[in-house]
Amino acid sequence: MTQPSRSASSGQAQQTPSIPPPVPQPESDFYWEKCKAHELWLRHCKACNKTYFYPRDICPDCFSRDTDWVKSSGRGSLHTFAIVHRAPAPAFANKVPYVAAIVELEGGARMPTNLVGVEPDPSAIKCGMAVEVVFEDMNENISLPKFRPAS
Amino acid sequence: MATTSFRQREIAIVGIAESDEMGTVPNKSSLQHHAEAAHNALEDAGLSKREVNGLFTAGFSTLATAEYLGIQPGFTDNTSVGGSSFVIHVAHAAAAIRAGYCDVALITHGQAGRSTRARVPTDPNLPQAQYEAPYGLIGPPVNYAMACTRYMHDYGEDRTRQAMAEIAVATRKWANLNPKAVMYKTPMSFDDYHSSRWVAWPFHLPDCCLVTDSGAAVVVTTAERAAACRKKPVWVLGAAEGHDHNIISMMPSLTSLIARETGPRAMARAGVTHNDIDLTMVYDSFTYTVMLTLEGLGFCGPGEAPDFVANQRTAPGGDFPLNTSGGGLSYTHPGMYGIFLLVEAVRQLRGECGDRQVKHKRDPGQNAKLALVNGTGGSLSSTGTAVLAVD
Repeated sequence: MTQPSRSASSGQAQQTPSIPPPVPQPESDFYWEKCKAHELWLRHCKACNKTYFYPRDICPDCFSRDTDWVKSSGRGSLHTFAIVHRAPAPAFANKVPYVAAIVELEGGARMPTNLVGVEPDPSAIKCGMAVEVVFEDMNENISLPKFRPAS
Repeated sequence: MATTSFRQREIAIVGIAESDEMGTVPNKSSLQHHAEAAHNALEDAGLSKREVNGLFTAGFSTLATAEYLGIQPGFTDNTSVGGSSFVIHVAHAAAAIRAGYCDVALITHGQAGRSTRARVPTDPNLPQAQYEAPYGLIGPPVNYAMACTRYMHDYGEDRTRQAMAEIAVATRKWANLNPKAVMYKTPMSFDDYHSSRWVAWPFHLPDCCLVTDSGAAVVVTTAERAAACRKKPVWVLGAAEGHDHNIISMMPSLTSLIARETGPRAMARAGVTHNDIDLTMVYDSFTYTVMLTLEGLGFCGPGEAPDFVANQRTAPGGDFPLNTSGGGLSYTHPGMYGIFLLVEAVRQLRGECGDRQVKHKRDPGQNAKLALVNGTGGSLSSTGTAVLAVD
């Protein structure tokens, strides 16, 4: 374990800071541009036919450079979740309780996310439940793909 | 892979210590904890700082640490793979000593985990910052809780919950026997566990390690030099390290820890089997970490930890002494706890543990002779396993 994050740390400003938006990297500019258009695109390896997350130019499985982008259906299943009651950083102080989640998309790629549109209650959420992507606009450039129970 | 056996008693731990005060220590910095622990461990060994020629630390750079301590090492190792790093440092120290790069290796850790005046921000260029942090997937409690939920799904929620309670309560009982433990005077019942607040479901507060201010240090050297040290040598018989991901969402299986590889490898190198081991010290960042570690090390199979730890088997008086210091859950945990596993294992093997002294399995008239240590780091990312023994 590295540095522990402590919620509502002493010495922080009274006002809750906003959640820092992600800083796109050269390999993920395309991913975030598509998210901005409310589309989920994943990296795909043409050599081993795997779809993977997070975006990397070279396939993390077979190490082929022969990779492209594919549009995800945005459908998948909930691989796992946790219901966060104690904010892990000051920016999440007014977000708790929220559902931290890992979703397995059709095609097998797993990605970290939030489960939304559901009560943050373990009796309402089950691993394996069908989910679908929904986008949440953070600012004019960044939209976060989140997931809700499939309709 | 070539296997290096340390079965020959060539490399020894000769000094161990914590920093002067542990718990809430607002008047000391992280580097002060490093220095106090280093001072105390060298004193324990009967060696002077001038004899140290290899320096190992994680978190802080060896550059910053060596400068602060006033050491100019001829061998430097900053391997930093989370709280497991210090167990891995023992293996690296053994290799460096055997290769002739150094002969007195100092491993230090210090962290004002509770009272630090400035937290270190995450590098925004890294995948964790880009893909997990915006969702509040931040810090060990959230990450490990998600892994635990999957275990509950695969192997049953009720029996998993019971195992988590068993581990939390058993570990607290050990802390109640350790005057250095933060929770020394604070008992905990099963009811206390089940009625405690949630940190991140499925984790109650007592499923999570403490956050303290503390440091520890370990001195490793040759058999030849060990013979002239103050305490009897604790031999490093075998060790192994590995990692299979960094951030939690990239963990290949949320219910399988890389200890599945490092445990068997370390034990094979040491030439020991599970039945030989008197004491097991594993990183208990969370109750769930202990379950995965016992399975990974091969004490039981996947999904079997709830049966293995049932009925307070790991508590004082049980037949599987585990985390006898009180662990990260109830003794101390500044942020990178792994080095404290080594401190307790060495104390037990030296017979210095008083009321909580573990006995030799085959001859209860003698103290424990063989200990298995497993550190886990990152988001269940890395493990370092070491087998330690006394004559």
